[in-house]
Amino acid sequence: MGKQKPELPQGTVDMLVLKALSLGPMHGYGVGQRIAQLAEEMLKVEEGTLYPALYRIEQRGWIKGEWGVSENKRRARFYKLTRAGRKQLEAEEAKWSHLSLAIGKVLRTA
Amino acid sequence: MGWLTKLSMRLRALRHGDEVHREIAEEWQFHIVLRTEENIRRGMTPEEARQRAERHFGNSAHIKDVSWEVRGGGLVETLWQDMRYGLRMLRKFPGFTVVAVLTLALGIGANTAIFSIVNAVLLRPLPYMQPDQLVDLNLKTEPSDQALVPYPTFLYWQREPHTLSAMSAWTGDTFNLTGTGMATRLGGRRVSANFFSLFGVRPILGRDFSPEDDRLGAAAVVLVNEGFWRDRLGASPSAIGKTLTLDGGHYTIIGVIPSTFQFWSAAEIYVPIGQSENPSFDNRGPSRVSQIIGRLAPGVTLAQARAEMNVIDRSRVVAHPESADTVTGVTIHSLRQDVIGDLEPTLLLLLGAVGFVLLIACANVASLLLARSTARTREFAIRTALGAGRNRVIRQLLTESVLLFAIGGTFGTALAELVTHPALALLPTALPQMLRVSPDSHVLIFAVATSGLTGVLFGLIPAMRTSLPKLQETLKKGGRGIVAGHHVTQSVLVVAEICLALVLLTGAGLMIRSMNRLWNVNPGFDSHNLMFFSVGFPPPSKPDLTAIRVRDGELGAKVAALPGVESVSVCNGALPMSGDWTITPYWLPNQPLPANGAEKDAAELYAVGADYFRAMRIDLRHGRTFNKQDMHSAPPVIIIDEHLARHLFANENPIGKRLTVGFLGVAEIVGEVEHVKHFGLDADFQAQIQEQIYVPFSQLPDLLAPVLANQATYILRTSVPPATLVDPLRHAVSETDSQRIVYDVQTMDEALANSQSERRFSMTLLGVFAAIALVLATVGIYGVISSLAAQRTDEIGIRMALGAQPWDILRMVVGQGGKMALAGITVGIIASFAFTRLIANLLFGVRSDDPATFASVAILLALVSVAACYIPARRAMRVDPMVALRHE
Repeated sequence: MGKQKPELPQGTVDMLVLKALSLGPMHGYGVGQRIAQLAEEMLKVEEGTLYPALYRIEQRGWIKGEWGVSENKRRARFYKLTRAGRKQLEAEEAKWSHLSLAIGKVLRTA
Repeated sequence: MGWLTKLSMRLRALRHGDEVHREIAEEWQFHIVLRTEENIRRGMTPEEARQRAERHFGNSAHIKDVSWEVRGGGLVETLWQDMRYGLRMLRKFPGFTVVAVLTLALGIGANTAIFSIVNAVLLRPLPYMQPDQLVDLNLKTEPSDQALVPYPTFLYWQREPHTLSAMSAWTGDTFNLTGTGMATRLGGRRVSANFFSLFGVRPILGRDFSPEDDRLGAAAVVLVNEGFWRDRLGASPSAIGKTLTLDGGHYTIIGVIPSTFQFWSAAEIYVPIGQSENPSFDNRGPSRVSQIIGRLAPGVTLAQARAEMNVIDRSRVVAHPESADTVTGVTIHSLRQDVIGDLEPTLLLLLGAVGFVLLIACANVASLLLARSTARTREFAIRTALGAGRNRVIRQLLTESVLLFAIGGTFGTALAELVTHPALALLPTALPQMLRVSPDSHVLIFAVATSGLTGVLFGLIPAMRTSLPKLQETLKKGGRGIVAGHHVTQSVLVVAEICLALVLLTGAGLMIRSMNRLWNVNPGFDSHNLMFFSVGFPPPSKPDLTAIRVRDGELGAKVAALPGVESVSVCNGALPMSGDWTITPYWLPNQPLPANGAEKDAAELYAVGADYFRAMRIDLRHGRTFNKQDMHSAPPVIIIDEHLARHLFANENPIGKRLTVGFLGVAEIVGEVEHVKHFGLDADFQAQIQEQIYVPFSQLPDLLAPVLANQATYILRTSVPPATLVDPLRHAVSETDSQRIVYDVQTMDEALANSQSERRFSMTLLGVFAAIALVLATVGIYGVISSLAAQRTDEIGIRMALGAQPWDILRMVVGQGGKMALAGITVGIIASFAFTRLIANLLFGVRSDDPATFASVAILLALVSVAACYIPARRAMRVDPMVALRHE
């Protein structure tokens, strides 16, 4: 178990996945790695959350999954951000910064 | 698009389920491999690395399920699971299942039955080639907008129209068939040569009529119906060329018409109409008229055809002034409209009424589902706690209720099938025969759609209420917290049921009162123990009116001598209540005649025997009835009805005055009788011809001999039930001459009943629906009060422990029911005011807001509601306080 990692709501995970993929197409494992990297190990998306999120986002049309060959010559499913997904990401980012600003204000009050 | 992707994923999951599963597995395998490699790089042993990698996937079964669901799968599998679970639940509570299924079968079955009638009458096209183009052509005259057309007029019309691609004359007739065993009377048609080709019907054997066959003097030919060909000609191909002896003439059979052709009623033989009709306008005698059917040219509207035909007919009057008559124009209706007539509003009304019944049935079942679901609240709370989403639970409950409704719907459809035909057989004259009610895909789709829709709608209510997310409280309280909400829903359902039942009962009550009023209307004669029949005579070589009079006198005497017969009279012209009419213009001898034939006054004409008024028991107001002195050679006399007397002579005594009657000439009025409601008990008020003239049969002029030679109609007053005299009558007639045939035998009471058949149809069905609604509503009240009382057992126990008497408990329970009933009745009365306006057209002598009916129905429903509360109240009274408290 170890240190307590924060429980993430669904929508936030989606946003993180989208962000990770905005840096380029990647397979599932890679997405998880990328998020952990970007969060400087402060955050880890478990497999049980990651894959359902990927499938859900794919269903919504924000990413597109295709079979391809990985760098170690194995068959893997790669996900790519779609245009709709890019738009969604922008919207989510805007919402998130607005939200965190607001919450910050509240918390700073004595 | 999101939903498109979603849909395609779902479809893919549905069809390539295995493949999708494999893909997911493969994807995860890849992930695990990479994770393992990383773990090895971190320093673990290969086995450890792999184990930890797999463990990271956690509860893979659950994730797999979730992923699978997200990837689009799961719907079908879970649906199947839900259905199996639902079936198990239904089996587990057989009482509930049986009641619910029966209720639904009744509701859905009744709706399907009515819909199949609506489908056959209103939705299906008529069974002919391009039936929308078929039209009926009639003449507009004084008494009727749908007068039949004289043959020469028809011939004139045929010459020119562009808007009609074909026109054909037809008329029904009866023929004496002799020469093959016993003489029989056949029902047949006289038709133009193009009659069958107009409908797109071809003979299955032999040939159709040709224009050469359709003339005066052409060789006599006949087409027979397939049924006739099978029954009497042995279905043999050599029937073509054989001869039939009809009315003494020899007709060669030239073809067989398929029995699938049904036009109004069944006809056994067809002969060309042109062979018996004088095509010229100079025939001074009474005109023989026929129906005209036409086909609109492609793209032509009714209005265009109407306009053109009116122009053509006006040119006819100009070209042939000798044909001037009481015609004012031409009317054209689509055949469909003539066939359906007034049925459309009636059927739609019945569809609405039976819809109410369905709503009540569904409300009952929804109430039952709610009652049962309170028992299952714990079960669902636990399921939700274990991870089933609220949607999942709702979906499952919905599946269960749709299943229930589907089962009910299946039984209901079977019930409808069984019941519809016998029910229609009870009221055969209500629907035209050519619209055969038979099940087809429309009806099936309707049944399925109804079951499905009502299942979803009425299953949603309990489903939504049961899956409320107040988890903790539910588990703690043992399920009782949710129940309060159910009370409200159930009460609302019951109030709605009572309201609907009240509306139906009020409608039925009004109709029953109407029928009652109708039966009490005096038709102007005594309709009981009255019978009429027609006799077909073999045609004499030369029709002679003297011989006809002698013949009728002898026949009349013979029939009068039968035991049980009080009086007999011949009755030509038209018979009251038969839908038939014969009119004649009349005028005072010194009156200037209006130039336009249409403006002459006209009256119903009856040519009757001396005993007619006695037989019919028509009241004599002044003067005398006909007697033996009013012979052919005597001065012409007539009898008029009171309406005509008032019209012409105001309050003066009409006896002794003279009147000119059409082509019969001037006659002296010797009697005045009461008015007879010729057009029906209710329709007579609106009829345009309200005046009646009677002439003695023996004084009819010679030129009518051809018309009278072949048949005559008689009225019989009996002192015993008329039905017992039918056989003796037939014997007596055939004793005078074996070639004579008795046909169209009917009692006047039957004729009266048939004239009201549409109303009776509506009334009967409405009554049945109202009764079903009452029963269902009662069951509904009983069920809800029962469950409410059962749930208040603890409260009752406490009250009793605190000193309440059984009487108080009774009042409490009945009071609860009473409040619901009151609400339902109040709303119902208001609704009834609105709805009964819709049936105002069908009512007779009763206002649509008749207070007596409203009051009695309200009282009935109130009493029934209280009665329904009785048993649950008794049960509540017998609650043992100790048991109840321990239960808490």
